[in-house]
Amino acid sequence: MGILQIAAVLILLLLLVKPLGSYMYHVFSNQPNRTDKLFTPFENVIYGIAGLKNRSGMSWKKYTLSLILTNIVLVVLGYIILRVQKLLPLNPNGIDNMEPTLSFNTIISFMTNTNLQHYSGESGLTYFSQMAVIMMMMFTSAATGIVVAIAFIRGITSKGNTLGNFFVDFVKAHTRLLLPLAVVVTLILVALQVPQTFGATVQATTLQGDVQSIARGPVASLVSIKHLGTNGGGFFGVNSSHPFENPNPLTNVIEILSMWCIPAALTYTFGKFARNQKQGWVIFGAMSMLFLMFLSLAYYAESQGNPAINALGIDAAQGSMEGKEVRFGIAQSALFTTVTTAATTGTVNNMHDTLTPLGGLVPLGQMMLNCVFGGDGVGLVNMLMYAILGVFLCGLMVGRTPEFLGRKIEAREMKLVAIAILAHPFIILVPTAIAFLTDLGRGSITNPGYHGISQVLYEFTSSAANNGSGFEGLADNTPFWNISTGLVMLFGRYISIIALLGVAGSMVKKQWIPETIGTFRTDNALYTAILVGTVFIIGALTFLPVLVLGPIAEHLTLR
Amino acid sequence: MTNETAADVSGSSYLFSIVRIGILFIIMCGIIYPLVCTGLAQLLMPSYAEGSFIKNTEGGIIGSELIGQKFTDPHYFQGRVSSIEYAADASGSNNYGPSNPELVKRVQQSVADWQKSNPDVPVSELPADLITNSGSGLDPHITPDSAEVQIPRISKLTGIPAAELDKIVAQHTEGRSLGLFGEPRVNVLKLNLAVDEMMKK
Repeated sequence: MGILQIAAVLILLLLLVKPLGSYMYHVFSNQPNRTDKLFTPFENVIYGIAGLKNRSGMSWKKYTLSLILTNIVLVVLGYIILRVQKLLPLNPNGIDNMEPTLSFNTIISFMTNTNLQHYSGESGLTYFSQMAVIMMMMFTSAATGIVVAIAFIRGITSKGNTLGNFFVDFVKAHTRLLLPLAVVVTLILVALQVPQTFGATVQATTLQGDVQSIARGPVASLVSIKHLGTNGGGFFGVNSSHPFENPNPLTNVIEILSMWCIPAALTYTFGKFARNQKQGWVIFGAMSMLFLMFLSLAYYAESQGNPAINALGIDAAQGSMEGKEVRFGIAQSALFTTVTTAATTGTVNNMHDTLTPLGGLVPLGQMMLNCVFGGDGVGLVNMLMYAILGVFLCGLMVGRTPEFLGRKIEAREMKLVAIAILAHPFIILVPTAIAFLTDLGRGSITNPGYHGISQVLYEFTSSAANNGSGFEGLADNTPFWNISTGLVMLFGRYISIIALLGVAGSMVKKQWIPETIGTFRTDNALYTAILVGTVFIIGALTFLPVLVLGPIAEHLTLR
Repeated sequence: MTNETAADVSGSSYLFSIVRIGILFIIMCGIIYPLVCTGLAQLLMPSYAEGSFIKNTEGGIIGSELIGQKFTDPHYFQGRVSSIEYAADASGSNNYGPSNPELVKRVQQSVADWQKSNPDVPVSELPADLITNSGSGLDPHITPDSAEVQIPRISKLTGIPAAELDKIVAQHTEGRSLGLFGEPRVNVLKLNLAVDEMMKK
């Protein structure tokens, strides 16, 4: 039954890829279509208020600058709100202002689409902050990722000097994609019992006479965009394992599909832009192969149970239930864990810290690769970066100039790709090492032995991959962790965005080379295998040693 | 509202536009969106939107059917281990890694407690979900197996025949959603409400 229900979810995803991918193509191809009538009036009001009269195409530099400045403005406004939230409306539970390093961490975390949470939603944020900062950034950071993907796709599939207009793309990503989808998913979630209220915490007198305070709030509207935007920051501290955020298996399936559909469908959008649908399926295929490998490992490892507990004479048939919810069981938990770290969402429906060692290797490994579907937009761009690297490696082997989609890949592009690829391990491994060297870092480790290494490694990997899930046992709300992970999230997000938009900017200006019989094809099964191999080899070379010290050592010593 | 006419916007008005966009999106995504959602949800499905609360005959709130409660009284079916004692204003769990000795210690304690209050059921029949901490610390469910193994104890303490308890456990067992997704489960609070009903009879 476990495998069957997993397969059903995978099939549902497959059914979503084509319609959603085509829709996104129509939104961003900027050719007139039927939906214009519905959305254009709203968009014109937004352009009017913002004073955006000139909406012509931008060079990659102007595009990137606009993106970064917009993000900076949102960071500043959001930071101010968090620091004075006590004085603002919608604070029925009397929550205090947030302290500076935690506010810094929180605001960076949400703007970079990471959603690492060093606060607990029930006690750290007012309803107003949950809305005006958290929900708002869940939209804007997802839209930022999506427009990066669109600009990058335009760069490698079209000819000219511009990547499109940032503001137009950014507005459309909201009005035509995220907002309508979010409202629909919110209402479905409420119909399945997720609360959506401004009422304060309720005092219940339980059946056996205790007092239970039940926190609630506008949960559904946050949970929907949390997944659609591959954000992952929960309304409550325990995220989507909380029965209010994820009350039953159906909401679980909806949340899985919500966070998965945009990254998966963007491969189809890419195929449409490239006027070669096979090219899109190659990317989707490579992502899926990697995904299935990781999913199998997670499902297998969790089904086996924890040897340390099995040794006490407990029946292992149920699998490892520590940190998991009964309504999800092993199948829905393993699938959720694999999807949330593939799509770098970071929402969790079970506690990753309590996963079996090999089960915990899965989220860690996927965040290290950071391109198995990946977050909204950036995942596709990361995989295309590996695709460029793949043709480059093949070009070196056979001794010819590498080409991708009819353009030569030259020194400038490869340098930028190299920066993006190397930055990722650098900002994971160096801070991890620093944390182990200092008492400030070591003091927060709560699990002894090899698992402690995994805890620290997970925190920085999650920050660098802009995932945001955690081995939550880590006592991470200290200035050391707030500032270090804040910086890692910043670098993890913007270094690769800038470098890869730079690649797009130079690709868009290149001469197209006509396809000949000697052209190395990038739209077939052979290339899919090369792509998977490239991702694996780069990932293994970089991260295998540290994985051996953490989860693998824990697995080998656990009995 | 607009004052730019030049084809290429100048520096200051470009920056000003971005600030306006920032404020606009805070209002649009951060205020209008959740208000519209709340309005629609409260209008269409008020009870779910409020939190699916269960009330007693006098209208007092007993709890939410979605949120687990602490049951220490051995007359009641007991739920899963919760490191936060089912405090629903601060969710969380121990987050013990699989190799953490504290985890083994805690499980051993749970097993010992189990043996003391359920001498008739051997440890090998004890389902894993009863001795492990749920992810949220608020898990409202246990597996049907976990309910069944508690029947001998509850029957002995309450005097309700085991066959009757079997029946209410079966009544309160929810299957997989759509017959496919998730796992079969029993809501502990609803089950205990049924036990209370039987006690009254």
